Formats: sequence, structure tokens, C-alpha cells
Amino acid sequence: MKIPQKRVHKFLRHGKKFPHVWCPGCSNGIVLGAIIRAVDELGYEKDDMAMVSGIGCSSRMPVYVDFNTLHTLHGRALAYATGVKMVKPEMNVCVVTGDGDSTAIGGNHLIHAARRNIDLTVIVINNNIYGMTGGQYSPTTPTGDFATTTPYGNIDPVFDICKLAEGAGATFVARTTAYHVVEAQSIIKQAFEHKGFSIVEIVSACPVIYGKLNKKGDAPAMMRDMKERAIPVKAFEKLTPEQVGNKYSRGILVNIKKPEYTAEYTKLMDSLQPQKGDK
Amino acid sequence: MAKKSKKNIVLMQGNEAIARGAIAAGVNFFAGYPITPSTEVAEILSIELPKNGGKFIQMEDEIASISAIIGGSLAGAKVMTATSGPGFSLMQEGIGYAKITETPCVVVNVMRGGPSTGLPTKPSQSDIMQTRWGSHGDSPAIVLYPNSVLESYELSIRAVNLAEKYRTCVILLSDEVLGHMREAIEIPEIDESKIIKRIKPNTPPEWYKHYPENPKYISPVASIGEGYRFHVTGLTHDSFGFPTNRADEAEIMNDRLKKKITHHLDDLIQVEDYMMDDAKIAVFAAGITSRAAKEAVRNSRAKRHKVGMFRPLTIWPFPEQMIRDKFKDVKAVIVPELAEGQLLGELKRVLRKTNIKFYPIQKTNGELITPDDISEAIKEVRK
Amino acid sequence: MSDKIEKHRDGMIIKDKNSTAKMEVEINEVKTEGDYKKCPVYIYHDWCKKCGICVEFCPTGALASKPDGSPYVKAPEKCIHCELCDRLCPDFAITGAKR
Repeated sequence: MKIPQKRVHKFLRHGKKFPHVWCPGCSNGIVLGAIIRAVDELGYEKDDMAMVSGIGCSSRMPVYVDFNTLHTLHGRALAYATGVKMVKPEMNVCVVTGDGDSTAIGGNHLIHAARRNIDLTVIVINNNIYGMTGGQYSPTTPTGDFATTTPYGNIDPVFDICKLAEGAGATFVARTTAYHVVEAQSIIKQAFEHKGFSIVEIVSACPVIYGKLNKKGDAPAMMRDMKERAIPVKAFEKLTPEQVGNKYSRGILVNIKKPEYTAEYTKLMDSLQPQKGDK
Repeated sequence: MAKKSKKNIVLMQGNEAIARGAIAAGVNFFAGYPITPSTEVAEILSIELPKNGGKFIQMEDEIASISAIIGGSLAGAKVMTATSGPGFSLMQEGIGYAKITETPCVVVNVMRGGPSTGLPTKPSQSDIMQTRWGSHGDSPAIVLYPNSVLESYELSIRAVNLAEKYRTCVILLSDEVLGHMREAIEIPEIDESKIIKRIKPNTPPEWYKHYPENPKYISPVASIGEGYRFHVTGLTHDSFGFPTNRADEAEIMNDRLKKKITHHLDDLIQVEDYMMDDAKIAVFAAGITSRAAKEAVRNSRAKRHKVGMFRPLTIWPFPEQMIRDKFKDVKAVIVPELAEGQLLGELKRVLRKTNIKFYPIQKTNGELITPDDISEAIKEVRK
Repeated sequence: MSDKIEKHRDGMIIKDKNSTAKMEVEINEVKTEGDYKKCPVYIYHDWCKKCGICVEFCPTGALASKPDGSPYVKAPEKCIHCELCDRLCPDFAITGAKR
């Protein structure tokens, strides 16, 4: 009997080491599956795909996919991706980054790429911790939570990645969770189709470090938590402040049209070419 | 507009020459960030590039600028960024990334008074060692340094060519005076065959190795979106570009990064030897300071003193062998530089086995070293 | 293909925890008919890190965990081919079969 192939195997690099590097129960594998299924559904060619990442657990993703892949420097994925997109606008450039990678060291590039509304699809895998380096807190680690560098509980206020991106000018902003994987796949698909800066925050589980340090239980327990706390944006808006508590909205939060950066630059270049009539 | 003579004589600024040289070499993507005294390079390219198929972008900082050009280079463009001291310091991690990933790119550093914000509108030569050791870890450097507007044009082309040929980050040095001064130059005709095009791979995609082990250490390179779907990472990697922790694969990679440069010194090194053959006293100078040195040497030669000037156009790799050969019967060497002995230290290391005496002239107050300063020193040394 | 995998199809398989059997994985379209009638879910135990997500979120309880935490198909007839296990698996180690 032949061993059945999963549809996603077409997009995975076989020379690469599977099982992959992520810990048991880590959501990175789920997100990678969702991205690949979205690309498969869209029928994009592997040659037209570029996946750019920074440094961190989630940023080890490109090595596993059979796209044009770039594993860059901590926080700089968006700047590298801007270079790729400017030179080859026809590429579908997907940026995979973590909560620290995108909002801490990479914050400046995040807000400027959003401001420019350059056509990038940014997947922020938010597991509320720096996993690769062993569990330090990040700008999205909930206040009061524990990490190896907040032994007495985190006193930092927290970033809302979606509001941050919206405020900076992103024209497609969505939040989903690793548990709502079907919704995630559909949102990622729309993010790819969106012509402009699209950012999808995927609330993820880091059971081995963040989960353990904050007694959130195992991976299934953390995903049950996502199931309970992530409320569809329509319903979320009806909740009173007390009802909100620690819940958060999921779904597409912003979806507007604005001129896309590389298209504007191409228009500018065309305007400089001598028109037929000119001497 | 001044009447243009038959020949293509133009009054041009140093920074503009760098920009125009880049265009002549085929640069079609520039990402930069404003900083005195290099901003003119960006301004001119923001005008010229979009006119003929190129692209310009001003990024949010210098780190973003170096990142963007490396991304652009991987996507197939010939790229450049330009900055000065403070920005150059921010770009160090990116320069290291360009070297380990063997991605062609050119970083222009128009040196200004340091340290820190220093003297933004004054020249210096105090980033010389940073261009060699600025980025962490060992990775050899190719650094060129002109001393005129015409040479700024020529070395700009050469920097782009060397970056493409050796698949690395080439640093083009200049300084505030060289960058801002104007000279009438005849723009040389560009011989298309001299412009190095990226060698395309001719193996089918599945067999393509982005970093093959080959004795010439330089290999064809594919770009993003050409069907090769290779992987690029700043982690130490194997010949397919995938990360590795294995010592043997790390050795192969580091060996290649080094030998790519050390095995091609004759192609990389360019020096100017001005009347060194019978010189007893030599003046070792680079960039803007070498113009004053040449003047002082010319004046001494008029008085029939045996003085010569040695100028490296290629700062790194440092022209060690050539220096040893040329300085065989030199007794004393005067080393004028707008820094605290960065070239001096390197020269002393190279000539350590000789008993040549060293006479440094160092200014870091933003002033230039003048021909008289050097003539004074020559007089001193002759006593 | 190592024999340990072969026996899997009857649902009960005793697999030692640290199997090193490297499996040759070829690329072709997923076969959806034929041998899935009895056991629609296939598990690559070499990749599975026993996180328990598939067992937890299988809507009909077709999957269960063995003492060592590895999943197995306890009730193949309950499987409704929803592929939730396939999508929620972080290790690409389980494949559901379309109806």
C-alpha cells in the first residue's frame, strides 16, 4: 500500500530535515500548513512565491517551503522584502515574522512598510514570547505574565499589533488564531489577494516555554483558550467593556483600498518615459 | 550651459560622479537614507534611475537601506546605497549578511569628521579600519578609495563590477571634500564589455547550488523568481544554502569567503606609484590627503630630493606585497592621514621586518593636511 | 517501507517511542479512494511529536492517545473526513482523507 501524500507535501522541501525543528504543540507548523493551503487554493506558482523571514522560531519557516526563500536578520524581514518587491513587483512576497521580530527590533520597518502600503503579505505569529532564545518577554507578553526576563511578572504595557499596523496605514489587517485554522487559511488567502500592505496576526501557542512559565497547560489547553477568548469581530463589537475582559476580536479588521507603493512607482517611471510625440 | 567642447568635458561633483558611475555600471536599484555628506548620491539617483528603468527608494533608516538593497540584489538588480560614518556604523550587520550570503552590493561611505556625529561637513579618513573590521566575525573586505572626481566615477564602476564578480559587498570610500568638490572631467566612454554581467547558472533548477564548492570560488548565481527557488540565510550554510552546524561545512563556507579575495589579489589591488623607484623617502597616503602628498613630492623632486608617493586605491585587501617590493630601499616613510594612525598601523605591520622610520602626520580636527605640512615633514626627515 | 508502518492499517500498532525508521516520501496526488474505507486517517509516527492536538480536537472522537501519547485511530467508523486533524497538526504527521 503506498503511503498517502498530503496535499501540502508539494510545497515542502524534501531535501530538508523533517520532522521540523519546532517544539511539540508549537503553532508554527499549523500556520505553515495554513499558508501553504492558501497558496495551493490560489493556484500560485511556486516560482512566483517569495517567503522572507527575520530571526526567531517562526522565522525558521522559509527553509521548509519550496519557494524563493530568504532568512534574513532579526527584525529586518520587512526591509529585505521591500527590496525584493521593489525590484520584482510581480513576485508574491510573503513575510513571516514573530511578535518580537516584527514589533520590537523590527518595529520601525513594520510601521514604515505599512505606511507605504507596499504589496506584502505579513504573517505575524504572535506567541507572546521570544521562544528561540529561551523565553524572554516580548512587546506582546501580557502584563503580569512571567518570562525568563520578567521573573516577578511583566510590568510592560502591551502592543496591539493590529491597531499598530492600522494606525501606521496598513490597508488589510486581520487577526485569527492557530485554533481557527480554517478561518486563518481563508484570511491568509484574502491577504495574498489584497493589493497593498496586508498583515495577519495569528495568535499562537508556545506550550513548551510560555505555556509552562505561565501554567497555561499543554498545547490543546492553550488552543482551547484561543477558542474561548477569540470572538468574531462582529460579535466582539457588541460586547460591553465588562464582557470583553481578556477576550479579543478575530477576523478581518481593516480592508480598504489605497494606492499600492510599487504600482505608484511604476506609474512614476512610465510618466518619465518620452511620450510618442516628444522630440 | 558651458559650451561643451568636442570631448565630453563636464564640471562634476564627486558625489555626482559616484552616482553617474553607478548608472554606467548598470546599477538599477538604490535604497538610501539622507546623511551629510553623501546625500547628493541619493538625490541624483532619485532623479536619474526612474528615467531609465531603475528604481530608487528612501528607506526609514540605514539598516533598512542596506537590507533593501540586499533584497533587491537577490531579486536580480545591481544595487547601491550611500551613507557616511553614523549610517555606516548602522549598516555593519547588513554588510556582514551580504558577505556571508555572497550577495553583490555596493556601499558608499563618504567619510566625515568622527567620532559619533562629529564634524558632518568636514572630511576625515577615520573609518578605514571600520571598513575592514566593522562587522562582527571574520569576513574579508574589498574597499576602494579614489582621490579625484574622475576616479570617483571610475571606482564607482569598478566597485559595482567587483561586487558582481566576487559576489560580495564592496565598499567605496570617499570623504567630505572629495564628495563635495567639483572638477572638470572628461567622462570616459563606457566599454560595454567591461561591465560585468551576473553569470547566470546553466544547470537545471533542481541541480542548482547557490554556493557550489569550486576552485575559482566564484560561481554563477540565480536570482529570485527565475525558477531556481534557492534558500538564502545568514546562518552558516551548506552548498545548497541550508543552515548547518557541521564543522566541515562551516569550514568550506568560511574558506570560500576568504579565498574568494585572497586568491585574487592581483585582480583586486590597484595602487599609484609616483616616482617611488629611486625614492629614499616615501609618502604613504590615500584619498584626499594623497593629492597634497603628490604636490609635496613634486616640489621636492624639483629640488632633486629622492622622494616618492605610494597610494593604495584598493585599501582592502591591503597591498602588502606591493608595499614590501616598492619600499625595499626606502629609509623613511611619511604617513599623512586624517585619522589617528589607522593607515600607519597597517603599514607598520607590513613593514615590521624593515628598519624604515615612520613619520606620521595626523589631523582629526576637520582640517585638511596641506602640501606644506608634508614638505615640512620631508625637510624634517632629510635632516 | 518498514513493516512497522504496514501493520498500522488494522488500527492497533505497537510502535516503540524512538523509531528511527526513515521513510521514503514520494510526491504524488493524494489517493482518496480505495484503501481508506476502513481507516481514513494515516499517521506518520516519525514526524508526530505527540502534542495531542489532533486527538483533542477531533470532533467525533475517532482518534485517541496511547499511553506514550501517540495518537491512533480508535474508531475509524466515526471519522467524518472533516480533515481538522490534518489542518491542526503542527507536524504534518496526520492526513485525513477527503470524502
